[in-house]
Amino acid sequence: MSTTSGSSRRALQQGPSGWLAAPALAFFLLFAIIPLIGVLFLSFTSWDGLGEIKLDGLSSWTTVLTDPVTGNALLVTAKIMFFSFIVQAPISLLLGVFTAGGQKYRAALAVLYFVPLLLSSAAVAIAFKALLDPNFGLGAGLGLPFLAQDWLGDSDLVLFVVVFVIAWQFVPFHTLIYQGGVRQIPGSLYEAAQIDGAGRIQQFFNITLPQLKYTIITSSTLMVVGSLAYFDLVFVLTGGGPGYATRLLPLHMYLTGFKANDMGAASALGVILVVIGVALALLLQRLGGKNRNASQLEGA
Amino acid sequence: MASLTQIPVPSPTPVRPAARPRPRTKASGRFGPNVLGGLGGWLWLAIIIVPVYYVVVTSLKNQAGFFTSNPMMPPAEPTMDNYKLVLENDFARYFANSLIVTVGSVVPALLVSFMAAYAIVRGKSRFLGWTNNLFLLGLAIPLHATIIPIYWMITRAHLYDTLLALILPSVAFAIPISVLILSNFMRDVPNELFESMRLDGCSDWAMMWRLALPMTRPAVVTVGIYNALGVWNGFLFPLILTQSPDTRVLPLSLWTFQGEFSVNIPAVLAAVVLATLPLLVVYVMARRQLLSGLTAGFSK
Repeated sequence: MSTTSGSSRRALQQGPSGWLAAPALAFFLLFAIIPLIGVLFLSFTSWDGLGEIKLDGLSSWTTVLTDPVTGNALLVTAKIMFFSFIVQAPISLLLGVFTAGGQKYRAALAVLYFVPLLLSSAAVAIAFKALLDPNFGLGAGLGLPFLAQDWLGDSDLVLFVVVFVIAWQFVPFHTLIYQGGVRQIPGSLYEAAQIDGAGRIQQFFNITLPQLKYTIITSSTLMVVGSLAYFDLVFVLTGGGPGYATRLLPLHMYLTGFKANDMGAASALGVILVVIGVALALLLQRLGGKNRNASQLEGA
Repeated sequence: MASLTQIPVPSPTPVRPAARPRPRTKASGRFGPNVLGGLGGWLWLAIIIVPVYYVVVTSLKNQAGFFTSNPMMPPAEPTMDNYKLVLENDFARYFANSLIVTVGSVVPALLVSFMAAYAIVRGKSRFLGWTNNLFLLGLAIPLHATIIPIYWMITRAHLYDTLLALILPSVAFAIPISVLILSNFMRDVPNELFESMRLDGCSDWAMMWRLALPMTRPAVVTVGIYNALGVWNGFLFPLILTQSPDTRVLPLSLWTFQGEFSVNIPAVLAAVVLATLPLLVVYVMARRQLLSGLTAGFSK
């Protein structure tokens, strides 16, 4: 940014004091950055959560890296991340485009779509636990044996049930993001396409999708990085089971630390979680290209 | 990069409104109704509504009715006994705890994030640049990975099992996304307005409250609602940082109700309804503000 007149340049140089940012920075350093360093430090110690913290070299790391449950937790996390994305991204995008339309009934639907966002993950998990009960839930109610399976007890099915419930809870949020994105596309683009005789599907692929590029990146980043935080829902819905079938990495970290009282190993798992999160976020930003603010203006 | 080569003529840039009136007539009007889209929209509505319907209907059944009646049918004799049972089990205290933690986290988080966003957008120092980068990094890190050091800090500060233990990390975790959204909106406030106020002899402190705040009010509301939803529904911090019924918040109470009432599913689901009701009331009252705020806030 540059300015021509001398007075405005002086005004810019004065600027507000950095102290205004100090309270936010202090909070963030104290309760986010220092714990982040702390988790790395604790991964080289042994601690049961109550007693003394003892330096213990690489033993926590050896434990974690040789434990087959860790590998399994990584695999489960990757699967849930992948399937959640594959399910949520297209549904949210299509619903976002759908609700961005001006029709009254679509606006009314959008209001109802939002309802899952009001429920806590604990509430969603409890509701679905009851709903998916083979004897007293949806399947029995509708008299459809296909729906009356032991959804949460079958280790082959349970992963997809978790993916479905996650989608139920989070698609509404991403729908909102896409809805906002679609509404920012200039109408003139569609009018021009109309004149060129482009059909609805052509318009979707040639205007809507390319114009939503940055919305797609934002939403996808939130979706992928966010899937490292699916803790509460899975904790209440399945507790990680049956067996280890839905024991996600964050859940594995919690159970290792607070149930098995091995805070050292849990911290090592925390470090792995951070590394994966940052790597994924950087990768997605790289895919999306840099300087999105400038390009977004260009697009408009 | 069009935005970089623009000639900086001080033109009256209009502030982009947060709630955009629908900018274009939807193309479908000219194509005839979008049947496929409509079908998909109604289908998703069914997916959203069926679990909600099931929860409400079941919460009105007595236990015998739950085991004998069709799960998807409304009860022959609706009863409020389950609600009474939940209310008698200290529901009011958990509600009050949730309210204290939510207000106690969101208000300070908004305050410090707003000041930081103002400093970051208006200031030019390198320190502020670093601060901003640190917050952006915070978006990529799954902050839940830090629960073990946070648990250590809270216990060492003798804050374990207090509401303050929930408030402090909640404020810190809310800061990155709040600063991001607020500063995105603050960049749209025309520079000329700040300059003319400065020429009138206004300090940065005065400009922040008298110019920046009114101009970014929609963003402040958006960020407030988004953070409030997150804190109100938060589960992980209460799970690891509190223990006694005195400090229990609503999502955790659902989980403990589930343990206490175990076979009394209708009572557990009545607790789910009661825990969601406050947010539903807020949503019904502030629906428009909430939806338009969230769409605008995240699609920037």
